[in-house]
Amino acid sequence: MMALLQRDLILAIRAGGGFGLGMAFFLIVVVLVPLGIGPDMVILAKVSVGILWVGALLACVLSLDRIFSLDYDDGTLELLLTSPIPCEAVVAVKAFSHWTTTGLPLVIISPILGLFLGLQAGDLKWLFVSLFLGTPALSAIGAFGAALTVGIRRGGLLLSLIVLPLYIPTLVFGSIVASTGVADLSNNSALLILSAITLVAFSILPFASAVVLRINLR
Amino acid sequence: MSIWEYANPVKFLKLSDKVLPFFAGFSIIGLAIGLFWGFFFTPDDYRQGSTVKIIYLHVPAALMAINAWFMMLVASVIWLIRRHHVSALAAKAAAPIGVTMTMVALITGALWGQPMWGTWWAWDPRLTSFLILFLFYLGYVALWSAIDNPDTAADLTSMLCIVGSVFAILSRYAVNFWNQGLHQGASLSLDKEKNVADVFYQPLLFSIFGFVFLFLTLVLIGTRTEIRLRRTEALRLRKDRE
Repeated sequence: MMALLQRDLILAIRAGGGFGLGMAFFLIVVVLVPLGIGPDMVILAKVSVGILWVGALLACVLSLDRIFSLDYDDGTLELLLTSPIPCEAVVAVKAFSHWTTTGLPLVIISPILGLFLGLQAGDLKWLFVSLFLGTPALSAIGAFGAALTVGIRRGGLLLSLIVLPLYIPTLVFGSIVASTGVADLSNNSALLILSAITLVAFSILPFASAVVLRINLR
Repeated sequence: MSIWEYANPVKFLKLSDKVLPFFAGFSIIGLAIGLFWGFFFTPDDYRQGSTVKIIYLHVPAALMAINAWFMMLVASVIWLIRRHHVSALAAKAAAPIGVTMTMVALITGALWGQPMWGTWWAWDPRLTSFLILFLFYLGYVALWSAIDNPDTAADLTSMLCIVGSVFAILSRYAVNFWNQGLHQGASLSLDKEKNVADVFYQPLLFSIFGFVFLFLTLVLIGTRTEIRLRRTEALRLRKDRE
């Protein structure tokens, strides 16, 4: 499993792996939004949390088809499924490596982008915390969607149509955590629910994804 | 003699042939009585005026939109456990009907909301969760149409339906958390003593009865079409091989 994780990470980071594209996309979203709605920092600060969360969602969706499709095309996926590692673990490792290469960089640069959108320095920690707790769920849910559409040619749009509705609870609780935190209100319950979504998504969804993957490779 | 006997497509076709006229008849009778009574023989509400009468379309459509998803969930689970093709095809047939019901509920709601709330749309939890349900339906329908192999398609959509149900329920609670509502409480529930005032309530029951049978009729017709499509496909393949 460690070997698989290492392989996926290396493939993602080396040339052509698309590492950093998600970050660049995230940056572009943050540049485009003020251009679209005007430079008023007060308005920007109000919508900043939502923009950053939606941007993270889209950056995540755009990179989802990389989780399985390359390995599916060259047959690696079939080898992985016949290997002694259980299929569920393969899915979980792949979801985790997707998070480390796309989710985690977004989390790390999000405070800087938050500054661009007029958040106060003290409020950035809530943005960071909410994204840090929420983005792993996005990868786990996305792995399920990627497993569903792995056999479909040009399934990119279909993948986003399927996955984005599944992201709604994570998005809602994530942005509640950040925005109530910024407003200095108590956000304990939302924080707990967000963590619960991430934990459940990572512990249970790989089983569903594995079932789906086996169906697709039948 | 068990219900699983009708999982055989031939028997299912025979049975549905017999019950279909009755279901269609019940649906027409229920809708005719409910809508005519509701539209022409009930008084206007003292605050809402005649706009209250949209309830005879809005409430049953919303009810069926949710129940259609629930039916798809049950049919998907049956398909995954017992591998009855009729079940998978029934789920496939129910999805477009569910989409339509959701749209009817959203559109009638907007038509009512404009004069009453002064807006076509509000990001109210109920409205939002219906829009989300609509998106889930769209994803489900799109997945069905994207996959060629019918058995793979049935398997994958069933899994999507099961996982999607969990997330749909979660979304419902999430949007409750997210915004306070404008929409009134449930029009009908079993644990309340008084629901809608009696004058509106009785025709509404007829209308709901009509919608339930309308849904059943359409699902049966859709499933029969799917079975026949599958059969022609099989015949065509056999002919190609010869």
